[in-house]
Amino acid sequence: MRPLLTTSLHAVHVASGARMVPFAGWDMPVEYSGITAEHMAVRTRAGIFDVSHMGQIEIAGKDALAAVQRISSNDASRLANGQAHLSGLLTPEGTFVDDLLVYRMATSHFLLVVNASNVDKDYAWISEQIKPAGEAACVNSSSRYALIAVQGPASREVLQPLTGVDLGDIKYYWFAHGEVANARVIISRTGYTGEDGYEIFVPPQMAERVWKAIVDAGRGVDLVPCGLGARDTLRLEAAMRLYGNEIDSTTTALEAGLGWVVGWNKPDFIGRDALVAQKAAGVTRKLVGFEMLERAIARHGYPVTVDGQAVGTVTSGTQTPFLKKAIGMAYVPVALAAPDTPLTIDVRGRAASARVVPLPFYKRPKEG
Amino acid sequence: MSYPADLKYTKDHEWIRVTGDTATVGVTDFAQKQLGDVVFLDLPEVGRVVTAGESFGSIESVKAVSDLFAPMSGEVVEVNEALKSHPESVNTDPHGAWMIKVRVSAPAEVAALLDVAQYEGLLG
Repeated sequence: MRPLLTTSLHAVHVASGARMVPFAGWDMPVEYSGITAEHMAVRTRAGIFDVSHMGQIEIAGKDALAAVQRISSNDASRLANGQAHLSGLLTPEGTFVDDLLVYRMATSHFLLVVNASNVDKDYAWISEQIKPAGEAACVNSSSRYALIAVQGPASREVLQPLTGVDLGDIKYYWFAHGEVANARVIISRTGYTGEDGYEIFVPPQMAERVWKAIVDAGRGVDLVPCGLGARDTLRLEAAMRLYGNEIDSTTTALEAGLGWVVGWNKPDFIGRDALVAQKAAGVTRKLVGFEMLERAIARHGYPVTVDGQAVGTVTSGTQTPFLKKAIGMAYVPVALAAPDTPLTIDVRGRAASARVVPLPFYKRPKEG
Repeated sequence: MSYPADLKYTKDHEWIRVTGDTATVGVTDFAQKQLGDVVFLDLPEVGRVVTAGESFGSIESVKAVSDLFAPMSGEVVEVNEALKSHPESVNTDPHGAWMIKVRVSAPAEVAALLDVAQYEGLLG
């Protein structure tokens, strides 16, 4: 077995008593003060996450846009320099190699942020698949970035004193170059929690300084360091799909309810024909949200049943700290996909009742 | 947190308070730390007869679900129903948050439980 990789903040996590677990080949903090406390801090105040395990792949060159347009489902021609969007790295069948964020750094330079577990696979796939697009090169630049997420309604209040960039000028899903705590960084108004916040790309050797500066600046609002456990419960409440759970090489963008990350007007991209055909024919199964009607948590892999027969599968489930309900997402036949449809889920041999609810479970209050 | 010397322990990270022929069972501080925030407890009915090593219920945290194993054989004579409504007590007061009381049917199984030094040795 390969030794676990460590982020440039590993020593900080260990020193602050975080519980560390192996995740996607990395030794990562799963929780500091507890998933519930961390989750609530992000919903009500602010939390800081080390997500340096995420991978970065850059595509540049004269035909970089054509290369990105081929491999990525969303329409990158609609991105201005300084703007980002969610997209899919799809197979010809319209299923997922991975999901990713596409950042347009310059007219012919894109930064892709991909899942830690998929970096090597994605890089190999992209390297091969961009060849027909013309003059474009791709580089796995994952080791050049530490990635720190500051999430929660107080994020801007915490970060603003540390930077000369006017954070109010960065719109949702836009980013800016600047400095935080005197380190050159990219500040992106993105996140994976359903809350307002920022993700900061930091040179690894500066990560500890930036982390500590943010933690210090956050004392006034009781910002807390958060682990991957809270990251998972937060993203689930916000119904953000997770590769390996909601999406993988067996599920299409349409089945996953991610038709909005598909550039339907693009003349071509990998997976387009399959998705266009599936859209015309209609999907046979869909990802839905559910909440449990009894005291039970339906977890990843539990069967959704009708008359004792498995007809679907739970992709994620938890007891959510903020909504205080047992919720989850599952693939079900379209006949069972309408809100309020009763579902039966096999919870370790017991038939437990649930009902379909609209997604997302949680949507942050609009700013006044 | 230190482990009380008047309790017995198992390698499955449960604690047992033995009073006469009654054994009171809960999970240790180590167990609750591993589990994280506990949200549900599935406990047996009074009167159920359990065998040592058998699953008598489950404990579920935000992260994961784990079986609870009977540390010894016997009849469940009392269940902490109040704990089901306040499962977070397992995190805040692990060695006070008892789950079941068992009337012990095989005293030799109790004698084989770990004492505090053995349990702390197991934790390293």
